[in-house]
Amino acid sequence: MLLREVGYARPGSLGEAIELLRSDDGARALAGGQTLINVMKARAGSPDGLVDLSRIEELKGIELGGDGILEIGAMATYTEIMESGEARARPILGAVCAQIADVQVRNRGTIGGNVCTNDPTNHLPPLLAALDAQFVIAGAGGTRTVSAEEFFLGVYMTAVQTGELLTTIRVPAGRADGFSAVTLGAEGTCIVSAAASLNGGLRIALGCVDAVPVVLHPASADADAVRAAVAGANLDPPSDVHASSEYRTHLAQVVAVRAVNQASENRS
Amino acid sequence: MEAGTFSKEQTVTVTVNGTTYEREVEARKLLIHFIRDDLDLTGSHIGCDTGNCGACSVIVDGTLTKSCMMLAVQADGSSVETVEGLAEGDELNKLQQSFKDHHALQCGYCTPGMLMSATALLRENPHPSEDEIKKGLQGNICRCTGYWNIFDAVKAASE
Repeated sequence: MLLREVGYARPGSLGEAIELLRSDDGARALAGGQTLINVMKARAGSPDGLVDLSRIEELKGIELGGDGILEIGAMATYTEIMESGEARARPILGAVCAQIADVQVRNRGTIGGNVCTNDPTNHLPPLLAALDAQFVIAGAGGTRTVSAEEFFLGVYMTAVQTGELLTTIRVPAGRADGFSAVTLGAEGTCIVSAAASLNGGLRIALGCVDAVPVVLHPASADADAVRAAVAGANLDPPSDVHASSEYRTHLAQVVAVRAVNQASENRS
Repeated sequence: MEAGTFSKEQTVTVTVNGTTYEREVEARKLLIHFIRDDLDLTGSHIGCDTGNCGACSVIVDGTLTKSCMMLAVQADGSSVETVEGLAEGDELNKLQQSFKDHHALQCGYCTPGMLMSATALLRENPHPSEDEIKKGLQGNICRCTGYWNIFDAVKAASE
């Protein structure tokens, strides 16, 4: 397919990339391109300029700090996270990345692209919300770090403003996590998803039921308590060809219980 | 291209199946069009053009990639393998021969992508389990065979 005419730049440093993004309101960051290129084909978006992030070393790599915090570069691909020894400090990350789409998409799609797109059906926004991840955003004035609640602002909207870039995602080490989703096909798009973590208090984050992940703190990991917490959230998810609003609301309870059960199993 | 500016066209240097090509390309050109139209390597197919079918799969710097989901300019400096690079001279390689022996194609449209996905799989995992074969081919759609003969061909090639 022939895309609309577009400019392209491939900066070698974070500073240059931010400068390019600031120089043109119509410029967009190009990470793995597994969403953006399709968006451009469909003319759902047509940036004037693409800033290819693939050659910026500051955005790459997965490191485990002495403080037990994983530092994941925004340009880390799903495959890199699945294969990274360091990322095993939080095994759910690789386990969920292995459920995204297919080999080709996992080879090029990135964690930064997944969260910055903030499509409500994406796997990683609810997962990172449940894991209480921190997001490091760089701009002309330096860097700032925000929580998941501050990062995910709306459908396709995040705290990353024009002229800024997500550089790193920080996730504490831990094992007691779970993820469950009802998908289109074996590893397709999520219809409803839930991530749960028992690392320091129970946190659940639901995907596909609102514009941003819905974070809940049930009183206990008991199935009735989890269902009550989901019911108490008064969800009003959209209806579409895949599921009605009522069915999504029902599924949210089902996948939340499954995710919490998996987290409990992984704790022991 | 200067690092600090946007350009709508640039020179790219890409090595495809061992031959290095230098071409002027528009930034908007997808890698699959560069391979098929600029280099005249028409073995890689365009099926859905939405990143779902995998018929355009090629290996870029050792990594299986859908070439309709990547711009040609992103491949600048890369080494690309396409289905044309699989045969050993005039001889089909083991995997290709196995596809032939197991009748793993009917219309043949998906075959170049299937072969590249299976190549990438067997390179990383020479003796995959049945589940690993299925997972390795998950990004490639075939509307003729029902997949079983393709699966058998990959399994036989791994033995």
